Amino acid sequence: MVYDNPDDVKIGLEVHVQLNKLKTKLFCGCSTDYHNSDPNSHVCPVCLGLPGSLPVINERAVEFAIKIGLALNCSIVEQTQFHRKNYYYPDLPKGFQTTQYDYPIAGNGKIVIEGEDGERVIRITRAHMEEDPGRLQHIGNIERSKGTLINYNRSGMALIEIVSEPDMRSPKEARRYLDKLRSILDYLDVFNGDLEGAMRVDANVSVFNGQRVEVKNISSFKGAERALLYEIMRQKNHIRRGGTITMETRHFDEARGVTLSMRTKEEEHDYRYFPEPDLVPLRVADRVPEVIKTLPELPDAKKERFMKEYNIADMHARALTIEIKVANFYEEVVSKVDPKVAAVWVADILKGELNYRDLTIDAFRVEDIVDVMELVIANSITEQSGVEIIRTVLDHGGKPQDIINKKGLLKVEDNIVAKAVEEAIAQNPEAVADYRAGKEKSLNFIVGKVMQKTKGRADAREARERLIEKLKE
Amino acid sequence: MAAWTDISGIRQKIADSSAEEVTASYIDIIGKSKINGFTTLWDEAINVARDIDANSHDGPLAGVPIAIKENISTKGISTTCSSKILQGYVPPYDAHVIERLKEAGAVILGKTNMDEFAMGTSTESSYYGPTLNPWDPSRVPGGSSGGSAAVVAAGEAPVSLGSDTGGSVRCPAAFCGTVGLKPTYGCISRYGLISYANSLEQIGPLATNVADIAAIMEVVAGHDPRDSTSINKENTYIDALAEGVEGMRIGVPEEYLSHGIDEKVEKLVWDSIHTFEDLGASYENVSLPHTRYALAAYYIIAMSEASSNLARFDGTRYGFCAEGDNWHLMASKTRAEGFGAEVKRRILLGTYALSAGYQDKYYLKALKVRTLVKQDFERALANVDVLMGPTMPTPAFRIGEKIGDPLSLYMSDVNTVPINLAGVPSISVPCGFADNMPVGLQITGTHFDEKTIMKAAYNFEQNTEHHKKRPPEVA
Amino acid sequence: MITKEEVEHVGWLARIDISDDESYAYAQKLNSVLDYFGQLDEVDTEDVPPTYHVADIVNVFREDKVQDSMPQEEVLANTEHKHDGNFKAPRII
Ligand SMILES: [Mg+2]
Ligand SMILES: [Zn+2]
Repeated sequence: MVYDNPDDVKIGLEVHVQLNKLKTKLFCGCSTDYHNSDPNSHVCPVCLGLPGSLPVINERAVEFAIKIGLALNCSIVEQTQFHRKNYYYPDLPKGFQTTQYDYPIAGNGKIVIEGEDGERVIRITRAHMEEDPGRLQHIGNIERSKGTLINYNRSGMALIEIVSEPDMRSPKEARRYLDKLRSILDYLDVFNGDLEGAMRVDANVSVFNGQRVEVKNISSFKGAERALLYEIMRQKNHIRRGGTITMETRHFDEARGVTLSMRTKEEEHDYRYFPEPDLVPLRVADRVPEVIKTLPELPDAKKERFMKEYNIADMHARALTIEIKVANFYEEVVSKVDPKVAAVWVADILKGELNYRDLTIDAFRVEDIVDVMELVIANSITEQSGVEIIRTVLDHGGKPQDIINKKGLLKVEDNIVAKAVEEAIAQNPEAVADYRAGKEKSLNFIVGKVMQKTKGRADAREARERLIEKLKE
Repeated sequence: MAAWTDISGIRQKIADSSAEEVTASYIDIIGKSKINGFTTLWDEAINVARDIDANSHDGPLAGVPIAIKENISTKGISTTCSSKILQGYVPPYDAHVIERLKEAGAVILGKTNMDEFAMGTSTESSYYGPTLNPWDPSRVPGGSSGGSAAVVAAGEAPVSLGSDTGGSVRCPAAFCGTVGLKPTYGCISRYGLISYANSLEQIGPLATNVADIAAIMEVVAGHDPRDSTSINKENTYIDALAEGVEGMRIGVPEEYLSHGIDEKVEKLVWDSIHTFEDLGASYENVSLPHTRYALAAYYIIAMSEASSNLARFDGTRYGFCAEGDNWHLMASKTRAEGFGAEVKRRILLGTYALSAGYQDKYYLKALKVRTLVKQDFERALANVDVLMGPTMPTPAFRIGEKIGDPLSLYMSDVNTVPINLAGVPSISVPCGFADNMPVGLQITGTHFDEKTIMKAAYNFEQNTEHHKKRPPEVA
Repeated sequence: MITKEEVEHVGWLARIDISDDESYAYAQKLNSVLDYFGQLDEVDTEDVPPTYHVADIVNVFREDKVQDSMPQEEVLANTEHKHDGNFKAPRII
């Protein structure tokens, strides 16, 4: 099936990724570990923009940027530099943002996502380095606020801004793109996506080949999907009522789930970009070979390998490789148990239970899932008991063996079940006759007797199957 | 006026009495000043001097008092760039040069007056009012480091630091009869120097003699990892001074002795060159053909950079703050009221020169002309060791004479700004008097060859008497 | 020629409040300087590269090593407009 994109939706995303796995900010030695600290406790003359302070580039930030560029299949520029983007805003302590302009460190890349109708290539226009502004908090809402509080702890954090072409055709594709991007960045170990503000999204949206509208202030992936759904609907309704869409910037109000026009005098921009005189050019080309050596196996490659090496289905391989932690978890598991069985238990069962509880794979131990699987394979517990053990571990903690003992989940011996089946048939001739005469319900009665005799430790399904088998004789 | 005016004299005096006594004596002299050279005196100075005595500090500048320009950050001492917009701003950190000076045992006396944000040639645009020229209080001391030059000339400090973006150390040195050095771009860390035009400016020392300039340079020059444009070069200067100038080839740029130059100034420059000839040097005429375009290129670049550098003064984090219904209105009122007229003109022109549609015509064009000016110097200095000419085309002008007319003020920088465009080092030394006002000889060299220009200046000084004259009030 | 309107626009870009009667005077003074700058048009810069930096250096870096930040008190010491450790400014719009 080919997706025909009836409204001609085009979505491009600009994603700001905070390189919070660096120890320090982009241009100063302030620690990046500010998330649980007092406001304005992680600032220095440089990131506070004090008169006379000067920036110096964090070398590791440049390595991270090259690494990201390579992972997004970009070409890395020979030489680059930082520019000043001049505009006034209270979160910008120098009155300009230090960013890259005509020579972004990386450009012309692409990533592949699971689109509306199969694999889809999303082109990456550019990825450039820049500094994060501080954080503003409006007293009241932004329009009728009594004032603004400013915390510069975030000011100067290293960001990579990844700009895509408008290649996404639906909010779902946008969401998939973001998931894929996050997956790749996780693999690269350049950021911790769980920290607040680690990934922030601005979106460009157009419908019916109209002008594009920029939607800002999207702070989560879920938010991105909602904002896009709203904005597409708004544009379509507007056109349906005879209006035309003009280029503008809108603000996403997360609480209300709507986008609001931001057209004010403050929005008129002429950024007057020019090269930052306080920094010298960066010759990055020579560094690429070293960085290539540090590139890990990326999600797509890992998926292919899993399919080949472990002979597992495409769907399982994909589910297991989206998150690097899950992939590593799986590979630890398969060193001990059959890969195909492991794929089912990790990708379907365990991930399902984790997602349901909004937990990550860190919440479960490799040895515990191995124990569960080994017991199921050995037929010592039922699959259902296995699931129950996983749920119990997640909800209440504990080791599988203790849970089995406490709940008496160990399956009874085969011959005991067989004996109970024979006794039940012998002791309940009426029910047997009814069943043979076509009264299906009588079977339940006999199963109940088997369960009674085994004190419930038999697997009900198994008992039923054995009875049916036996009664055929 | 103290009898000891140079560093060696001060060191002798400290050995005979104490650093405390020397500092106290300077504080006393400053107290009687009529020239408005200092903006702030540091109330800790005397305690620092006392500590130096108590600890027998043996740094190269132990107990030597020094005055610091108002745009160099000093921890705990108000640093305002002589602007209302930085009213009350006290830096929480020291500039790199201040750290070095403190380590070397220097005693910071206080901060010196300047043209607001270093934008000027006369120190008249200061929020603290003009500094007067010690040789004639009706005249300007030059600028923008007017305070730093005037206090040295008036004996209120033996040495000082200024900053030179387009002549701001050399011009006041020439107008006040002191020595002033603009080092090679990258020679001294700018960390802590409040930027006006960051691709052009350098901190530079002022003193009554060349040996003291060398002594300060040995302390403040050198690599600083906090300034990405700071270059790692050895910084010994004192030893080179004593070498002679026999065989030195001097280039005299014809453009520096052409129109607009005062005849008496021109004669003093030729007299000086003949002095060098007597010492065994030779001269030839050279040409820096793009000099006539350097001024426009310089001002476009400086204003463009300034428009961005000064954007941070928005009333939010430090300094003066006006009222406004919203942040943007508050910021534009703060800046309208906090900046003086010339600063606002330069910000507006710089903003215009960088703006969409004009950037190529002004900013980019100026940077290309900068390349041509730089090449002029490379070509000329390939054949000669140093270039010599007048620092300023005239002696100090009268207070108020040029203030309303920005263009005529800009024109007086014609000999100094090309040097900042090229980034080469240049020193101004006293070379005589015209109408009883001092005149400066500008000696310019190649990148990081401060030694050669300092050696030339030192030899000249040792064979002339100009630098020994003191202003009438002080003498 | 820079017009009165352009002066006001540039004033807004530079966040310098310019009153109606000031803008005319500014336009005049700025024009005389821009006129002077115009003389650069005479220079042939066809194949001339721009000089952004006089020193020909590249790749100046800092190690990713944490250094002390300032105490909050010191960060906020130069303003009276603060609240609970934050800077406080008027509303944005
Ligand atoms: Mg950005
Ligand atoms: Zn910092």
